[in-house]
Formats: sequence, structure tokens, C-alpha cells
Amino acid sequence: MSKCKSVYYMDKGVRPLSLAGHVGFDSLPDQLVNKSICQGFCFNILCIGETGIGKSTLMDTLFNTNFENFESSHFEPQVKLRAQTYDLQESNVRLRLTVVNTVGFGDQMNKQESYQPVVDYIDRQFESYLQEELKIKRSLHNYHDSRVHACLYFISPSGHSLKSLDLVTMKKLDSKVNIIPVIAKADTISKSELHKFKIKIMSELVSNGVQIYQFPLDDETVAKVNTTMNGHLPFAVVGSTEEVSVGNKMVKARQYPWGVVQVENENHCDFVKLREMLICVNMEDLREQTHTRHYELYRRCKLEEMGFKDTGPESKPVSLQQTYEAKRQEFLVELQKREDEMRQMFVQRVKEKESELKEAERELQSRFEQLKRLHADEKAALEEKKRLLDEDQSSFSKRRAAAQLLQAQSLTANGKKDKDRKNSGFM
Amino acid sequence: MSEAVVPDAMVSPAVGGLHGEKAGGPAVDFSYVGIDAILEQMRRKAMKQGFELNIMVVGQSGLGKSTLMNTLFKSKVSRKSVLATAQEKIPKTIEIKSISHDIEEKGVRMKLTVIDTPGFGDQINNENCWQPIMKFINDQYEAYLQEEININRKKRIPDSRVHCCIYFIPPTGHCLRPLDVEFMRRLSKVVNIVPVIAKADTLTLEERDFFKKKIREELRANGIDVYPQKEFDEDAEDRMINEKIREMIPFAVVGSDQEYQVNGRRLLGRKTKWGTIEVENIAHCEFAYLRDLLIRTHMQNIKDITSSIHYEMYRVRRLNENNTVMAHANGIPEHHLSKEKFHSL
Repeated sequence: MSKCKSVYYMDKGVRPLSLAGHVGFDSLPDQLVNKSICQGFCFNILCIGETGIGKSTLMDTLFNTNFENFESSHFEPQVKLRAQTYDLQESNVRLRLTVVNTVGFGDQMNKQESYQPVVDYIDRQFESYLQEELKIKRSLHNYHDSRVHACLYFISPSGHSLKSLDLVTMKKLDSKVNIIPVIAKADTISKSELHKFKIKIMSELVSNGVQIYQFPLDDETVAKVNTTMNGHLPFAVVGSTEEVSVGNKMVKARQYPWGVVQVENENHCDFVKLREMLICVNMEDLREQTHTRHYELYRRCKLEEMGFKDTGPESKPVSLQQTYEAKRQEFLVELQKREDEMRQMFVQRVKEKESELKEAERELQSRFEQLKRLHADEKAALEEKKRLLDEDQSSFSKRRAAAQLLQAQSLTANGKKDKDRKNSGFM
Repeated sequence: MSEAVVPDAMVSPAVGGLHGEKAGGPAVDFSYVGIDAILEQMRRKAMKQGFELNIMVVGQSGLGKSTLMNTLFKSKVSRKSVLATAQEKIPKTIEIKSISHDIEEKGVRMKLTVIDTPGFGDQINNENCWQPIMKFINDQYEAYLQEEININRKKRIPDSRVHCCIYFIPPTGHCLRPLDVEFMRRLSKVVNIVPVIAKADTLTLEERDFFKKKIREELRANGIDVYPQKEFDEDAEDRMINEKIREMIPFAVVGSDQEYQVNGRRLLGRKTKWGTIEVENIAHCEFAYLRDLLIRTHMQNIKDITSSIHYEMYRVRRLNENNTVMAHANGIPEHHLSKEKFHSL
């Protein structure tokens, strides 16, 4: 019986081929898009900024809805993050949007640790995705991706420069998330001041080595608009959900005694640019960068930290498993050792206690014996005394009896004598 | 760091959608947010990245596999293995030949890999002839798994997994042969199988219907789940479409890469003395249905089932088997090893 051996060779060179007619696979992108429509999309935005700077209002304005927000107090002892998820729909596209806001950022007296909760949150999302990916039985296509895709950093409109808190926070976050800095409440800055402010901010970011998100330039269809927009960073935005009538239209705006700041007027602020860049043009790229750059970096660091290495090309799954097993063994051995140690210590202590107790018992026993002896002695002494007393008593009673007898005898003898005298007297 | 994250439950926004109009008063311009622009972004990204498709053709020699591939993709993607002289023996082993081409249509680029299996079913003793093929498919899964497990991963892992396996059934007109049943039974568990009746121009329409019914019955009787698999239908709409397809498989196809003049038009076909069979005419053969299924409508679905179901099953098997292998290697009793996640370290 001839065993069927296999011989296979892959043609390494991939040759281009021209088609003689219409095959039909140009519908492939449509098939892909249809599948995505069925699945729905996921987008997570993190907003970092001081309390009252306008994060929630901007989100409301961006997505044209009223997210349930409530004002936070300025007295939070620590920075917290609040995440809310919404299901939005526009034409046939369903979006699961998660907006994460910082609460109490910049309110504390000591802001050294302010960035830490944010970093921890981002890491936690990466961690849960990594865990899902490493599971044996996993369901990645059903997984609700909670990794932060874009981070809007709200800069206070001081007009001068970035605060040190801003620089420190952004430096810590730039390798973990796509940072898009925005200047909040831009209606408080005049145009010329704004221009100088933007230049100052960008130069400070560059000189401090902070890598903010650059809109991608590799796709020709959007390269041009992205390049222009890259030059307008950071976007100076104004948010408002109130409508004011301007001309014969109702527009979103802020009404002041001296005029109306229209949110969607490009001469007034960069809101439209932000919406365009964040949502209409680059949403997919933001998601992709998060997955291929930030997440991969996190995964690499985490796995290396856990001790995994890419050893040889032959046995990668095994080596990962091997390292895992080795570590597990190590861990189990360590655990066993600790357990033994603890047990030993326990036994030791028990012994010690036991001997202590025995000692005490012995002491007690000896004291008891002593006391008993003492009692016995006393009792003996008392008995002795009693005996003596008894003896005394008995001798005394004997003597008394003897004395009484004697007395009685002498009485009768005297009486007889008397009688005799008496008797003799009369004669 | 006692920092609390309060994730609120899923909330629908107060407004029903992002488009809306207020009744009465000046028309409110609820301006368009632009979320659906993401579809366009996805499309752009997909076009830029290009697609990959790996099709395997399995069948005895002479059934027209290469011709069918060439007809499907309207170009010479597969070289016909014509044995030149009688001296050239039939290969003693099953070879697996994988040839890749870059094709492009209307801006959509695709790397098409056709995996041919000359020698399948050609020996006198064909026991275990599926083994090399099974091994090849598993090797592709293994390569992908290794790439995925790497610490330093590539941005885009090259996908060489077999997405679809077209199995050619010789047009005997009776029923499936034991070789067919055995092969399909084993391979339907690891790859999407699309059975086709080759050289269907030797069957009349009645014979064809009878043959197809017989084949369907035998597939059902043997528990062979060919593509589209019943258990992977996602919703009612899917099920409806797929039921229609399931009633038509296996497709009776005729392949041809030569054009003939028919009724004033140049069409792909086979010219014989009694007439010209038009390959793309659905009254003549079911090639068009096959092409539509494979390429125009279900290509993405085929790839998805491969990556999310077949590959995942392989991965689970492989990772579990490593567990037990390591257990025996380290002398740990198996019940101590639980299928834990890596993070439990």
C-alpha cells in the first residue's frame, strides 16, 4: 500500500494578472461594509479637562443629542472617570458611543497624581481586550470594544501657554491613546491672541516631546484636507446646545449682549473642523491606530513583563505555553513552599505553646502539691494539738473525777466524824 | 488608588435619532453629524489594503478543475496539468500546488491564491488521500496562529488560510462514491466545502436533478455540512437566502476559457457538433450561480466563517492539546491543570 506522502510548494512570486472580463469581486468592499452595518460600530471618546471647561456640552454639540449629564462639584478628593455608553443611529449606521469624562480633574490642591486614574482606566480597557484575546475559547467579533479610541484634551483658554498639569498629563498619555488637544471656551480669546496661543501650544508640545495624533496623510483622497487640518491644531471650539435665531435660521450659538457666537460658523470657531476630522474623515483611522499601535505596544510590554519571549521560529505556541507552564510550575512550587513554611511555623508555635502550657501545668501541679502538703502539715499539727488537748482534757477530767471522789470521800469521812462527834457529844 | 469608574448602563439618547425635525416654528436644522461617513472610511481602508482569497480545488484529474478556475476569474490563474506523454506516470504522491496572483477590478485589489491538488484520488489505493490536504489546511492555521501569538506582531498578519475548498464530483449520475463521502465528511469540519458536479454537460436536465437530489440526501445522511452551513445562519434573512442556495447545491458546472460566436455575441462556451454550451447561461449550466455565490455575494461571509469559526476551533484544539502535552511533560496530574487564562499568573 503506497502511503500518500505530500509534497507541496508555494509559489513565492505573486504575479499580477489582468482579467479578460468582469468577474465581480469589486463588490467585496460592499460585502464588507454590509457586514459592518449589521454588526454596528463602536467608538470610545475620553474627555480630559478641568471641571466646568465644557466637556459635556461639547459632546452634546458634537453628537447632536442630549447626553444625561450632571454638573460635578469642585470638591472631589481625587480624579475619577465616569463612562457612559449610548446607542446612536444615523441612517443605517448604528454606533455604540462611549463617552468617558474626568471628574474633578485639576481641582485638587496636589495635582501630582491627577493623571494616574486616567492612565489606569486606559490600561484597564487594554487589559480586558488582551485577556479576551488570550482566552482559549474567545469571541472577539462579539466583544464590546471599550478601548479608548480618541482622547480630547481640553486646554484652558488662558491665552498664554499650557499649564504644567497639561504637559505632564499629555506626556503620560501620548503613547497610550490618540490625543487631540482642543482649546475650550474659545469665545473668550480674540483672533490674534488665538493665533499666538495655538503656535505657543504646538511649540510647547513639540519641545516637550508630546506626540499628539496627526491626521493621516497616506490616503490621497483625504491627504489634502488632513494636511490643512493638521495645521489648525489645536482646534479652538465652542460648544452650545441652545439655539439662537440668526437671520431666518435657528443655529446653535451662544448669545452675548455684544453678539452671537455661532458654533457652526467657521469664522467664529473650529467646531466644524473638529467634527469633520473626528467623525467624518478619520474615525476609522483613529480606531485602527488604537488597535495596531497603542494596543500592540501595551500587549508587547505586558507580555514581556510577564516573562514571555519569542524564542525560536519553530516552537512559538509551545514556547509561550512552555513559559506559561514553567511560570505556573514555579508559582505552584513557590506556593507549596510558602504553605510548607507556614505549616512548619504553625507547628512550631503550637509546640511552643504546648510546652508553655505544660510548664504552667506543672507549676500549678507543684503548687497544688505544696499547698496540699501544707494543709496536711497543718492538719497534722492541728490533730496533734487536738490530741494533746484531748489528752489534757481527759487527764483533767480524770483528775477532776479523782478530786471529786476524794472530796466526796473526805466529805463522807467528815460527815461521819461529825456524826460521830455529834453522836458522841450527846452521850 | 481608590478611583472609582462608574459605567452607566446603556442609554438611548433622548432624541430618537440624529436626524429630526421640530414641528411648527422655523425649520430646525438638526445638522448632520456624519457618523455614516464611517462606511466610506471603511470602504477606503479596505480598498487601500486589498483583499486576500485562498481557494483550494480538489478532485480527480481530468475533471476540469483548472479550467473552472480560469473561467471563474476570467484569466489564466491555474495552469492545466496536461500529461504530455504516456511515459509520464501519474504522480505517486498528492502534490499541493499553491499559485498566487494579484488581480484588480475597478480599484479593488485582490491577492488570489489557487491551491491545486494534482494526484488526488488517482492512485489505485486511495485510503487516507485526504491526509495531505488536511495537513496542509492545518499547517496554514498553524502558521496564522504562530503569527498571532508572537509578541512582536506584524501589522497585518498574512492570511494563507484556505477559505474555500471546491470539491469536484465526477458526473456519474448515480450517487456519491465512498471516496467523495469520506473526503467531504472529514474536511467539512475544518474548511468550507463547496461541492460541484464537474463536466455537467454530460448529464441531461433530468439526470442532473436526480443526481443532485441523491447527492443532497447522501450528504444529509452522512451528516456532512457543506457551505453554507445551517448552523452559521445569522438571522432569518440570511437563512432565507441560504436555504435557496442549499436547495441548489451541488452546482452543476461547465468550465471553458474559449469564446465562441453565439447569436452575434462572443460568449464563453464549449462547441460541440450538436450545439454550443454557454457557460454563463443559467439554462445551460449553473456556473453563474456558483460564481455569484463565491464571488459576488458570499465571499466575505466565507472568509468570516473561516476566520471566526474554523480557525477558532483549530486554535482551541491546539491550545488545549498543549495543556495536556505540557502536563505529561512536567508530570503534573491532569486535573491540576485548568484551562485558565494567561492573566491568572
